[in-house]
Amino acid sequence: MSSTADTVEREKNLQGIGCSRKRKEDPRFIQGKGNYVDDIKMPGMLFADMVRSPHAHARIKSINKEKALALPGVHAVITAEDLKPLNLHWMPTLAGDVQAVLADEKVVFQQQEVALVVADDRYIAADATELVEVEYEELPPIVDPHKAMDPDAPIIREDLVGKMEGAHSKRLHDNHIFTWEVGQKDETDRVFETAEVTVKQEMTYQRVHPSPLETCGCVASFDKIKGTLTVYITSQAPHVVRTVVSQLSGIPESKVRIISPDIGGGFGNKVGVYPGYVATIVASIVLGRPVKWVEDRIEHLSTTAFARDYHMTGELAADKDGRIKALRVNVLADHGAFDACADPSKFPAGLFHICTGSYDIPTAYARVDGVYTNKAPGGVAYRCSFRVTEAVYLIERMVDVLAQKLNIDKAEIRFRNFIKPEQFPYTSAFGWEYDSGNYHAALKKVLEAVDYEGLRKEQAEKRARGELMGIGIVTFTEIVGAGPSKTCDILGIGMFDSCEIRVHPTGSALARMGTITQGQGHQTTYAQIIASELGIPSEDIQIEEGDTDTAPYGLGTYGSRTTPVGGAATAKAARKIRAKARKIAAHLLEVSEDDLEWDVDRFRVKGSPDQAKTMKEIAWAAYNNVPEGMEPGLEAVEYYDPPNFTYPFGAYVCVVDIDKYTGVTKIRRFYALDDCGTRINPMIIDGQIHGGLTEGFAVAMGQELIYDEGGNILGNSFMDYFLPTAVETPHWETDYTVTPSPHHPLGAKGVAESPHVGSIPTFTAAVVDAFAHLGVTHMNMPHNAFNVWKKIHELGLDKRS
Amino acid sequence: MAKQHISFTLNGQKVETLVEPRELLIHVLREQLGQTGSHIGCDTSHCGACTVDLNGKSVKACTILAVQANDGEVLTVEGLAKDGELHPVQEGFMQEHGLQCGFCTPGMLLRAYRFLQENPNPTEEEIRWGMSGNLCRCTGYQNIIKAVQYAAKKMQSA
Repeated sequence: MSSTADTVEREKNLQGIGCSRKRKEDPRFIQGKGNYVDDIKMPGMLFADMVRSPHAHARIKSINKEKALALPGVHAVITAEDLKPLNLHWMPTLAGDVQAVLADEKVVFQQQEVALVVADDRYIAADATELVEVEYEELPPIVDPHKAMDPDAPIIREDLVGKMEGAHSKRLHDNHIFTWEVGQKDETDRVFETAEVTVKQEMTYQRVHPSPLETCGCVASFDKIKGTLTVYITSQAPHVVRTVVSQLSGIPESKVRIISPDIGGGFGNKVGVYPGYVATIVASIVLGRPVKWVEDRIEHLSTTAFARDYHMTGELAADKDGRIKALRVNVLADHGAFDACADPSKFPAGLFHICTGSYDIPTAYARVDGVYTNKAPGGVAYRCSFRVTEAVYLIERMVDVLAQKLNIDKAEIRFRNFIKPEQFPYTSAFGWEYDSGNYHAALKKVLEAVDYEGLRKEQAEKRARGELMGIGIVTFTEIVGAGPSKTCDILGIGMFDSCEIRVHPTGSALARMGTITQGQGHQTTYAQIIASELGIPSEDIQIEEGDTDTAPYGLGTYGSRTTPVGGAATAKAARKIRAKARKIAAHLLEVSEDDLEWDVDRFRVKGSPDQAKTMKEIAWAAYNNVPEGMEPGLEAVEYYDPPNFTYPFGAYVCVVDIDKYTGVTKIRRFYALDDCGTRINPMIIDGQIHGGLTEGFAVAMGQELIYDEGGNILGNSFMDYFLPTAVETPHWETDYTVTPSPHHPLGAKGVAESPHVGSIPTFTAAVVDAFAHLGVTHMNMPHNAFNVWKKIHELGLDKRS
Repeated sequence: MAKQHISFTLNGQKVETLVEPRELLIHVLREQLGQTGSHIGCDTSHCGACTVDLNGKSVKACTILAVQANDGEVLTVEGLAKDGELHPVQEGFMQEHGLQCGFCTPGMLLRAYRFLQENPNPTEEEIRWGMSGNLCRCTGYQNIIKAVQYAAKKMQSA
């Protein structure tokens, strides 16, 4: 009979769910054997470089390629004129708009793609870009989104003139993209009219950029004889890219192979299809040779998808005890020159309407208006589910504003408004069904851990001495795991995800998924799921993703959807295999299936545990001794369409000390408690949280893509765009609670984006809290020393006595 | 452009090649010599993904001309492990989960390798400053610091 110790030992050997298993990916990365797009080298490969617009808004009068083509080593200069006969000069965006692949008659943002030069090497290609002569006639640019809909505003998108029926609504102006409304407008207005207390706050969520350390790029290789196209690409969604490329090029999808090799970070930036990819593919088709195009950092920051740029006005109605009765939100969204947001098709503002947050708010209304400006397109989910960062920022800021108005403690007001544990599943005013949560317990645990009362006492003493200390509290709820195909699709394809598992005769396994890792450690964690489900040691399970010729179709990795959707697919595929294994075990043991029970890595006969068949034995039998009528083999595929999103949550506290003469903010303490349901690999979870907090720190404290009045982008290199080093980055303290998702097969919810979503408002809350006693309710990000000093100076706090 | 002949020691092996005077060391390492471990992350020598060791100093190979490496000694991530045994900094990054996407890792490792020779027993603060020429977008540095501490300890006890 198997003893408890034996069971524990066997479980340990599996390295399954809950194990801080070391990463399977690491040996190749620490030895320089990663394989990123720029590492790909193919025989006869050429290099491409892009000619870009120096102007934010201008008409192209002429393009002269002659000098460039005359440079030895140059093979082609491709412009919109060359793409027109192929009908590839424009491409559809994920948001129902179109985007110029190469500028067609005019340019609409600085650094826009104008011509692609293809040459023998990257140096010649770069030289040749300087030789392409483009004559421009400058036009006045629109930089401020608030002026985009002025009656006399210059028209940015001449291709849309007269088309007033947009993809999501009527367009109210030539520079208007959509109006999107959700919730109960009239009812919300009524609540506001009669409310005991109302507060209103304007806030700007600045334009930032995900900026993974690897820029975007691809290697396209068209085989003229076979008619096949292979593209190595930095893509978070290779299968969707294959569909798009097939639709654009007319090459059958079966002859298009997209390979996402190792990816040097994505953070939402690598979801869409960029003009450079399309132009490079065309170059390979035209020239019949492999062509590589990899952007440099300035191109990356200037042209690939930015995030945020939301100009929000929030309002809360409440009673005098701080119990919230209604939320009203108006947003002006700057989408740049093309609407290339990466959101599920039906949601032009993503999942922004999660903005009632962790609070039981009975009535709510939100309106978002998207406008065009002469800036780069984007609006992607930078380490968050679609627009959830903006939503969480808004509600967390508003709750603080209300607390200050009523002079209620910022923790206390949250306890008063939380959705209670017994209210789950909870339907929000905007119609989301929150799966599970225990917000009270999470905040209580954090407050105790940081000695919240002690901190407030210290703050009071410091205030009395004229020192600036702030305490920020945030209790956020995310919505991730897009998503149920009844509401979520990308270009008409439901947002399911997939897993295919093959168990080999000797008991090891190969599994492939429709998702793609960019540092999250999928090769490690997916194996853990299968190990726990099938009793095969995770060391013996090989995980492959990213090659559309071999992996099952999936929508990819972004919006924290890997664990909620891909992880569920993996568990379900494994369970199909286990169900078959059970039948085989019953056959081998000559008992009924019902007489068997699962025991870590084997099926054993109930009441007679020495009679058992291990998964390894069953795997062998699957190939030579299956019950009569059963097909041999041991494999399964699952396409998992989630019944709902998952709703991870957390409670964060940040303590800051601000120097009142320099405006420098020191993050003294940051305590992050996350609840992502079932925890698959705690080591990786902690790593993801550290990373998310650091990216949140960067956004809140320093990141901003600035444009001047002429539409010149000012922050497009690492000289200007803030990426924190180890010196600036604070020390992080992490904690957790576990509230499993009731509808996910493993109870898991997804984690990597929560710390980004949750931390950003926490930093703002802490900085503002340092000034709260002086009547300050909000300060816009980034909270760099200069911006904070301006507030200090405005308040006269920097006067030396 | 007329090419120049250069030779240098790369990971213990003598290499010779022809380069244009303007060619950057990182491109020669990656594209001519097939050592793609070192990466290119920016154009302004801020990110440190291209960090290699040249003549006993950490250098950013995107800001060094290949001709400057002539007669020199270059170490890249491919040369860190010896006889199949990982260098303590490699082991530290794996044990302490000091990497995620892996793109910054070769540069981080090479910087940690040199830093720990400059300062074999660093404090956390010294590690933060010593590694501050290398950017990481994934880890938040906390585990990178632990990885360097792991390596320091291991190298001290060796």
